[in-house]
Amino acid sequence: MGAAPGVTPALRLTGLGRTVAGTTLVADVSLDLGIGDVVALVGPSGAGKSSLLRLLNRLDEPTAGSVAVHGMDYRTIAPPTLRRAVGLVMQRPALFPGTVADNVRYGPRQQGRRLDDATVGSLLERVGLAGFGERDVAVLSGGEAQRVSVARTLANEPDVLLLDEPTSALDAAARAGVEQLLRDVLAGASTGRRVSAVLVTHDVAQAERLADRVATMAAGRLVAIRRC
Amino acid sequence: MLTALAHDPLTLRLVQAAIAALAALAVALLARRATVPLTGDVAVALVRGLVQIIAVGSVLALLLRGPAWTAGVALVGMIGAAGATSARRARGVPGAFRISATAIACGAGSTIAVMAWLGVIEARVAALIPVGSMLIANAMNTNSLALNRFQADVLAHVAEIETALALGAAPRDSVAPFQRGAVLASLIPAIDSLRSLGIVWIPGLMAGMLLTGARPIDAALYQFVVLAMMLASAGLTALTSTMLIRARVFSPAAQLILRVAPDGGAAPP
Repeated sequence: MGAAPGVTPALRLTGLGRTVAGTTLVADVSLDLGIGDVVALVGPSGAGKSSLLRLLNRLDEPTAGSVAVHGMDYRTIAPPTLRRAVGLVMQRPALFPGTVADNVRYGPRQQGRRLDDATVGSLLERVGLAGFGERDVAVLSGGEAQRVSVARTLANEPDVLLLDEPTSALDAAARAGVEQLLRDVLAGASTGRRVSAVLVTHDVAQAERLADRVATMAAGRLVAIRRC
Repeated sequence: MLTALAHDPLTLRLVQAAIAALAALAVALLARRATVPLTGDVAVALVRGLVQIIAVGSVLALLLRGPAWTAGVALVGMIGAAGATSARRARGVPGAFRISATAIACGAGSTIAVMAWLGVIEARVAALIPVGSMLIANAMNTNSLALNRFQADVLAHVAEIETALALGAAPRDSVAPFQRGAVLASLIPAIDSLRSLGIVWIPGLMAGMLLTGARPIDAALYQFVVLAMMLASAGLTALTSTMLIRARVFSPAAQLILRVAPDGGAAPP
């Protein structure tokens, strides 16, 4: 469900699960995510939403099922390559010590690429932080830090964005700003390139504002999915 | 004062040992009043230390009369024991003993072998065992500090490390700052010892040589030789142990598998 018939989905989850020491975190999740699709995962705390995102970025190993990225079993893709293609924005942005520009350059630097100042400037402009490049990350507000975190993930040019409650630590104004940013990024407003996304949120209204489909999780399972 | 109480040298030494142990116990009791639970550890360490050193003294008396290869056997045994002791500082890390024993063997073992081959350490039991044991003990302490620091830093920075991995960093690069920090921190004692040599302290080896009538300049130079060897072996040990532990905290799929246990330490994956 999700990708158009005959089109290879950006992400295909088949019976995906993870059980650790007898505790089931994620069980039997199957889902297709077409290119440019946005699926929101909602559900109570402990439902397995964040655990599912970690499986998609392969920060944790599935104990059942499989994930295919553009039709390729993700176990056949080198983890750093996979993680650049399926980028994860964590709930609490862990910024590296240094400047905003250092953080934005981090991902490409791992591939031996140095982003030039213009590209860094353009990424920061996309997240509403034009002119922040030389600012020390220690002085950023929560909203600004989350925006840097999004820009840093976008610098890897991912096909799929995994967003783990990206606005949960923000006040209303900052939340509205980050939401608008995500709408623009996912729609490819400045690049013309649509990005697929899986968004974890507790806020059903936010899920409906940002996503094409809302999937409900409970006890590690996908129990309902509906179009918005 | 003690010489009036103890007339033969052995009794005198036993009385001295009892007084020194009591002083350590008194400090442990004082620490307990400040809610620092040291008494058990100190009591066990004192008894263990006394029994072990007397046992070693007796074995040394035998070894000193034996051929040079017996020193090699003794030093290998010491490396094993040092590895086991040091591994306790990295509980929760799979293969902690193997990491520790390998790092100490690489650091201290190779330094002893090369220095003995070059003639810096005399290739006889009476020189190899005491000098070798100093290098092994120092490597053990360095290894413990490096493992402990690395593990603590990794556990304290799980979010940063996983963020780096999520951005496509190789495991090696995601923990590079913590590996550097662990190596530098573990070498502080060895560097400070060398830096303060003669100004803040006169080490035991030099003091012992002076007490047995060696020329002060000989004793000083030999002490420098030993401390420089200690620094070399400590550096090699720290580099080896942090490199080996780094490989153990990630899965083959580049996932961080070290986690905080309920007691605050590391949990086995």
